[in-house]
Amino acid sequence: MSVTSIDKDLERLTLTLVADFDAPAERVWQLWADPRQLERWWGPPSHPATVEEHDLTPGGNVTYFMTGPEGERHRGWWRVSSVDPPRSLEFTDGFADEDGNPISDMPTSTVRVEFGEHDGGTRMEMRSTFDSREQMEELIKMGAEQGLQEAVGQMDALLAD
Amino acid sequence: MVVTELDDEAVDEVFRALGDATRRDILQRCVAEEPSVSRLAEGYPMSFAAVQKHVAVLERAGLVTKRRRGREQLVRTDREAVGRAREALDQLEAAWRERVARMSELLEQVPQPEETNPRRGRDR
Repeated sequence: MSVTSIDKDLERLTLTLVADFDAPAERVWQLWADPRQLERWWGPPSHPATVEEHDLTPGGNVTYFMTGPEGERHRGWWRVSSVDPPRSLEFTDGFADEDGNPISDMPTSTVRVEFGEHDGGTRMEMRSTFDSREQMEELIKMGAEQGLQEAVGQMDALLAD
Repeated sequence: MVVTELDDEAVDEVFRALGDATRRDILQRCVAEEPSVSRLAEGYPMSFAAVQKHVAVLERAGLVTKRRRGREQLVRTDREAVGRAREALDQLEAAWRERVARMSELLEQVPQPEETNPRRGRDR
């Protein structure tokens, strides 16, 4: 189960991840389509997500914030470009200011997810592309600040239970 | 709108730069050595001007740097830029691996989907 392959394309700044789940596509789709389920996996344990707006229709928005250990809020948004339940979803993912307005000079990435039957379960293929090299570099700085490594450690602890 | 015109241009440039086999080849050749544009041009069945154009595209995308030595222009791949791309993708990979692990966990915990959302608990 879970991640079966990873491909990183340095030239195209794209991460492709394939994961297999032991559940029907409809069920896996709910992880994305139900905001209460989405917020249970989108943010790391150190920064749990709270989803506010959730409109999975073309042109629709998803808005959320992640709450850090000190209570600080990091806001983000998706702009949905295409949706075909329970087969595929494509959106732009970006950062927002305190009022929830998208910040134009912050990194955005385009995410496309596809779901298909595989071995009695569901295969999810996720492709995430940085929208520009400058923005990607901005994200590296932020990632270091947010202590992603720490989050990984917490995740391992959770899985060990 | 989120993406400004300038951002769009930057995106276009990187993608245009790498969407071409000759340019990808130039990028590889200029990692280990720093050939001049004229020497690069000898390796391709095209004119000097055409190779020069490819190099210019790579330079605009921030993937190679060019410097002058006498009458020559030396081309070098910006390894740091390539390294930063790797770092960013590694971070993204770590984040998504965690997400998938949490998704798996949720799929095990939560029973079959209900047709209606639960009314109790955190309503937005």
